[in-house]
Amino acid sequence: MTVTDLVSYEDALDTYDPVMGLEVHVELGTKTKMFCGCSTTLGAEPNSQTCPTCLGMPGSLPVVNAIGVESAIKIGLALNCTIAEWCRFARKNYFYPDMPKNFQTSQYDEPIAFDGYLDVQLEDGEVFRVHIERAHMEEDTGKSTHVGGATGRIQGARHSLLDYNRAGIPLIEIVTKPIEGAGERAPEVAKAYVAELRELIKALDVSEARMEQGQMRCDVNLSLRPKGTEKFGTRSETKNVNSLRSVERAARFEIQRHAAVLSSGGTIIQETRHFHEEDGSTTSGRIKEEAEDYRYFPEPDLVPVAPSREWVEELRAVLPELPRVRRNRLREEWGISEHDMQSILNAGAVDLITATVEAGADSAAARKWWMGELARRANEDGVELAALPITPEQVARVTALVADGSLNDKLARQTIEGVLAGEGDPDTVVEKRGLKVVSDEGALGTAVDEAIAANAAIADKIRGGKVAAAGALVGAVMKATRGQADAARVRELILERLGAKE
Amino acid sequence: MADLIKLTAAEIAAKIAAGELTAVEVTEAHLARIEAVDEKVNAFLHIDREGALAQARAVDEKKARGEKLGPLAGVPLALKDIFTTEGIPTTVGSKILEGWIPPYDATLTKKLKAADVVILGKTNMDEFAMGSSTENSAYGPTGNPWDLTKIPGGSGGGSSAALASFQAPLAIGTDTGGSIRQPAAVTGTVGVKPTYGGVSRYGMVAFSSSLDQGGPCARTVLDAALLHEVIAGHDPLDSTSIDAPVPPVVEAARNGSVEGMRVGVVKQFRGEGYQAGVIQRFDESVALMKELGAEIVELDCPSFDLALSAYYLIAPSECSSNLARFDAMRYGLRVGDDGTKSAEEVTALTREAGFGPEVKRRIMLGTYALSSGYYDAYYGSAQKVRTLITRDFEKAFEQVDVIVSPTTPTTAFPIGERADDPMAMYLADLCTIPTNLAGNAAMSLPCGLAPEDGLPVGLQIIAPAMADDRLYKVGAAVEAAFTAKWGHPLLEEAPAL
Repeated sequence: MTVTDLVSYEDALDTYDPVMGLEVHVELGTKTKMFCGCSTTLGAEPNSQTCPTCLGMPGSLPVVNAIGVESAIKIGLALNCTIAEWCRFARKNYFYPDMPKNFQTSQYDEPIAFDGYLDVQLEDGEVFRVHIERAHMEEDTGKSTHVGGATGRIQGARHSLLDYNRAGIPLIEIVTKPIEGAGERAPEVAKAYVAELRELIKALDVSEARMEQGQMRCDVNLSLRPKGTEKFGTRSETKNVNSLRSVERAARFEIQRHAAVLSSGGTIIQETRHFHEEDGSTTSGRIKEEAEDYRYFPEPDLVPVAPSREWVEELRAVLPELPRVRRNRLREEWGISEHDMQSILNAGAVDLITATVEAGADSAAARKWWMGELARRANEDGVELAALPITPEQVARVTALVADGSLNDKLARQTIEGVLAGEGDPDTVVEKRGLKVVSDEGALGTAVDEAIAANAAIADKIRGGKVAAAGALVGAVMKATRGQADAARVRELILERLGAKE
Repeated sequence: MADLIKLTAAEIAAKIAAGELTAVEVTEAHLARIEAVDEKVNAFLHIDREGALAQARAVDEKKARGEKLGPLAGVPLALKDIFTTEGIPTTVGSKILEGWIPPYDATLTKKLKAADVVILGKTNMDEFAMGSSTENSAYGPTGNPWDLTKIPGGSGGGSSAALASFQAPLAIGTDTGGSIRQPAAVTGTVGVKPTYGGVSRYGMVAFSSSLDQGGPCARTVLDAALLHEVIAGHDPLDSTSIDAPVPPVVEAARNGSVEGMRVGVVKQFRGEGYQAGVIQRFDESVALMKELGAEIVELDCPSFDLALSAYYLIAPSECSSNLARFDAMRYGLRVGDDGTKSAEEVTALTREAGFGPEVKRRIMLGTYALSSGYYDAYYGSAQKVRTLITRDFEKAFEQVDVIVSPTTPTTAFPIGERADDPMAMYLADLCTIPTNLAGNAAMSLPCGLAPEDGLPVGLQIIAPAMADDRLYKVGAAVEAAFTAKWGHPLLEEAPAL
């Protein structure tokens, strides 16, 4: 990898003002593809979910998926967009082997939704309005796997494998207007926007929007202009930035890189760039010397989409509570700070915690597990929280077992470990691993007596009023019971036996 | 069984239903005819002997079980090689699809099978339906049964030649700019381009999606109507297919009349480039309709003069996109895949080797017309002309019930004559193209032989969209009057092969 010259973030922002454009592709969660009846389930045998239409066979024709249109309208409405009364699909013509027809059925100058905005909340509670240019419907391409090259890219590959299962899966592309005025907070705005959009998509129930599975993909377009000027600089387009953290890092890196180039008198080349998760850098992709000519024209195989106003209003009337409104409500209910709520949002834990609370857990306990132990595990495994093999109901059951004294913290962690390892639900894990707190007063009493006898000097100190020393005896008892005792009860028993008081 | 092959589809179906003929007999007679003459004519690219006989046997078994047979059950048909047929090659007249066996049937193919029509095989055509002579087929030209040195029209020259040489009583064509009607005209047969959206395009290999329309070809107006009824109707797999009842074409064909009808004659459809004998036969047809009680109305449709230019922007534009899929990745020809070349190089080599000159010419024209900076001037302007043509038709149909014209300005020209002159070739579609641009319906039927060369002349009848039945009502009346006048169907005058 080439070393890229960077200037410090602070220096970059002293001189330049960043302008961003974010393009997000969302794979809809429809059962069938956008223009044919093939299944959209992920992970099937390559090319098993294909038909003449999504393979672009001669003679095949597309038919629009009505749920796809409905989802696009819902997204448009939730983004405060105008919904077109009449719009068409267009063909975007370019050759690539993973695109069966060598044109993508998309929308061009007649998107289904346009001119909207999304308010996003930053970590300090400030609300930033991101203006939406358009949201349009299109189809996904197939997937190329390049074999034999070092990087998995086509350069140096011996051959490529093509899987068309993804070809034709509905996509909604959401494009912002240029985001100006965010200053040094531009990367944070980018991340908060994508996070908010993801929540919105999930709340609308149109996609699971799992970024790590490519169900939501983000391109970060960025340019700098000298502070105080109006004219936009030349932009770079960083493609497929596929996590919230990466969106922020990519924006930050590009600000530093652009500033370095511009400060040394260089010019930014309009190009696409690849983002590298390992070190947060970007490298040059394809240079766009002249705008690629996609020869768009209205798709003659499809009739125009003309959603009736009645239908649009019906959909508007049943839009769910918007995520930001809902989060503010939850934040108050849970009694937590803006910052904590933002962390929960970034971790993708809002729904999980809500569901855990709905399953009977205390909100503090639910937050503790999802944002602590489980977030750590998800991070280690490189998956999203929601992808962990544990349900909110199971987490709620663990918190209930802690609340009634059946488990202590340590045992609860082991229980969760067991659930994640596929050993069954919490009660089964507790049973199988024998994790129940030792609450048999007789057995506990014996262990306490033995600990006192083995640590006479410490026991004397406690008798003499040094209550703080009890910790050592508690530790000894916990060790003897392999952690399965209720530490608070052990402490009580020790103090009782030694006639000491807190 | 010389007489059997001269029967009309309606007659064959009636005889099979009455037990006077078996479907197998009929099929065998036509297969024998193909065997005897098609080496000379070259109407078929693929003959499905086994499939045809199996279908025929199924019809005979149905009959034996006493099941009710459809109106075309057991009637043989020649299918243009542009419709997909599961398990049977479909080449579209192109090398690029040589050897491709489609995994699915076109909706039209399914409808034919469901109606117990016997598909004999797939017919020759100009590559991707681009042409007016069938000379652009990658598999050699087809001869006109009236004179084998002449073209049978195009792109559906295989279908028209199969009818005119009695290799099949029914055929299917597709019409993007005249590819059903012009071949019908120059072979003395009947061809109908239904209203756009009347017949499903699902499984019909696309040339120009907004213009392409499949339709029936036959030797009589009634046969065309019977076939029309079988293949037409809404198809949920084709978004542009019309969700409305099929116009009552068979009823119209059985009740031919022009009495009291207003028949329009467009002044733009004559003049320079029209053969004298064609104009003569056309004028006689108009006089005949007047005799039969029609009122003749002169029409002015100025936008029709722009139709050819608009067509040669829209059709190539759509074709440049539709034909992009032929990239050697998933099906068809693959050239240069020797392990040293990139996918891009293999695609380029395959398209270079697989497409003929006319196809390449149109892909290039279309690519250029859609390019940014040129789009408005070319594709955009052509769409405006299209709107004007549609309006001219709308205005015309306020004054008349149908419009008539020569189908094509000349009779069949010699094979090779226009092969190197695309502009001359394009003129063959002068009178047929406006209908494709507007999306309404039209028919060509024989109106005599041109005195100077003794070759068939076609009369075109044009009706408003979804009024396809008017074509048959007028066509049946004209056909009956001419047959009475000539004393026999025109095709009886064709030389024996």
